[in-house]
Amino acid sequence: MREMFKEIVQYRQLLFSLAWRDIKIRYKQTVMGYMWAIFMPMLVVAAGIFVKKAFSILSGDPMDLSAMLSVGVKAIPFSFFLTSIRFSTNSLIGNTNLITKIYFPREVFPFASTIASLFDFLISSVTLAVILIFANIGISIYILWLPILLIFLITITTGVGMMLACANLFYRDVKYIVEVIAMFAIFFTPVFYDSKMFGKWETLLLLNPLGSILECLNAIIILHQPPNYYWLAYSGFWGIVVFLISWKIFHQLEFAFAEYI
Amino acid sequence: MSSNAIEFINVFKKFHKGERNDSLRDLIPYLSKKILFRSKNDQLREEDFWAVKNVSFQLKKGESLGIIGPNGAGKSTILKLLSGILRPNYGELHIHGRLSSLIEVGAGFHPDLTGRENIYLNGAIMGMRKEEIKNKFETIVDFSGISEFIDTPVKRYSSGMYARLGFSIAAHVDPEILLIDEVLSVGDFSFQLKCLNKIQEAIGNGTTVIFISHNLPSVITLCQNTILLNKGEIHKYGETKQVCRYYYKIYSDTRKATEDQCFTLQDMELYSSNGTPSTSFKPGEWAKLKLKVESKIKIDRLIMSFYLKKNDGMIVFDASSDIISNQYYSFNVNEGKEIELNFRMNLPEGAYFVGINLFNPEKGFYLYVDEGIEFYVSGPKTGGYAYMDLKW
Repeated sequence: MREMFKEIVQYRQLLFSLAWRDIKIRYKQTVMGYMWAIFMPMLVVAAGIFVKKAFSILSGDPMDLSAMLSVGVKAIPFSFFLTSIRFSTNSLIGNTNLITKIYFPREVFPFASTIASLFDFLISSVTLAVILIFANIGISIYILWLPILLIFLITITTGVGMMLACANLFYRDVKYIVEVIAMFAIFFTPVFYDSKMFGKWETLLLLNPLGSILECLNAIIILHQPPNYYWLAYSGFWGIVVFLISWKIFHQLEFAFAEYI
Repeated sequence: MSSNAIEFINVFKKFHKGERNDSLRDLIPYLSKKILFRSKNDQLREEDFWAVKNVSFQLKKGESLGIIGPNGAGKSTILKLLSGILRPNYGELHIHGRLSSLIEVGAGFHPDLTGRENIYLNGAIMGMRKEEIKNKFETIVDFSGISEFIDTPVKRYSSGMYARLGFSIAAHVDPEILLIDEVLSVGDFSFQLKCLNKIQEAIGNGTTVIFISHNLPSVITLCQNTILLNKGEIHKYGETKQVCRYYYKIYSDTRKATEDQCFTLQDMELYSSNGTPSTSFKPGEWAKLKLKVESKIKIDRLIMSFYLKKNDGMIVFDASSDIISNQYYSFNVNEGKEIELNFRMNLPEGAYFVGINLFNPEKGFYLYVDEGIEFYVSGPKTGGYAYMDLKW
């Protein structure tokens, strides 16, 4: 385990170079360039507001501003998770020539994909923060939980991405499965709706660690409430465990990559 | 710390023939077959083959080793094992020092990035630090000779420019151990020469080099020792010139199969200008080749060819009797013949071989002596392939 960390630290420059490459090429030959990093999540948020409006018409409750903002708070981390997973899944097979020609720890590929997606996440988060300030949503002491929640989000994203990248290298079926899950993930993750709406089934939704992270984020940013500590611990547990186990498996299989790709 | 830069001890590497189970759909029938027909396990193993089989060699710091052999001999697999891309099935390998491999130039290039961006990216992939790349940036661009296009995306480059940039980056990594796999075949002649000089310079500075190429003259100039690899095994391992000569010989000898047993060479000897048998000559001296051949059968109109070969396997002269003097040789049953020919040793200093053969253009070879006599020419040191009678 320690050696794995050491190796990554040793190859950090390569890691950042690859991440920088991924960021750079993503918006090459596009008219809008980096603006896409803002537009894409905006589209998701717009869709979310639309769905919320439908809910409020059905239930007869008026829709308030905080409900709209909560869609943004949840949708942006969620789309970071999805882009990053999609991107990581193809990160190994998209670099076949490097894997079969040059040696370095292969973890850098999924890691670089996550970092590149993180860059987009950063841009859209800053935009969201500006909107939140203008909307005068206010701030509470619980915002201090934010860095920890972000760490959980990043570790779980990297961990899942790494596992899928590795699986996809051996079995190309994985990328199709990922596409299907990505398409339907929005339905079983509380992004456009609140888990509370499901009453006693709430627990089931929060068992999805991404769901519990999103609800905690909503609690600390929009609702000015403390996060639910049980679910916080639960998602933290998954974040760390998934990350470490995926990395370990990835590392164990790494030597076979060049042969099986 | 041993003085060996590379140790390769009894290394085996297995590869799989045919398709692997790439998708889950193929895996399920495969696994069920494996469980149901356990006895067929051996058959599955037959699909494997050894890409590298019991290969051992050692390389001291600052030495250079060539690896030659036909396609599919396992040359690139050895480099991949050395660089850590593949792991051996059996055997050990030890590497002491920073290693860089030039397995394919521009492998890490991204078509959408410009030349400048690709230098930074590829440098990082090759293990260079950012400051290091920054310092060497100008030299890399100068070496590649494409400074005009450095801010153009590499997808618009010609394949030659691509290769030039790729090699320039790789050549400036300054590793302790450099692995080179057939990368000089790209680029034009002057660039190839530049690369060879660069590699030679690296060897001079104490870099350990392993060089794979089909271009035997460059192997001869760069490497002290060479391995001839065939079907994953070491066929011959020794001094480069000898190995290269051997390689030329066995792979150009497919025609030898037609040789007829009914023809024998009884004697073959070289004589110096004063008539005594000799194997040592001076440049420009006349020499005489005498041979005695006997045929058990009646053969008409054979052509004799005579050639001289340098000890690295390069043919320096090749002539046949029909063209030079319109001469043909005919034999009756059990007839012996003495053939004489005179030639001048217009050769620079070195070791050479005389080869002869007798053949009929329609029927093939009757006698084939590839390295009949080894002889030496000693004289003033001159370059090139011929020695001209020179009045200065």
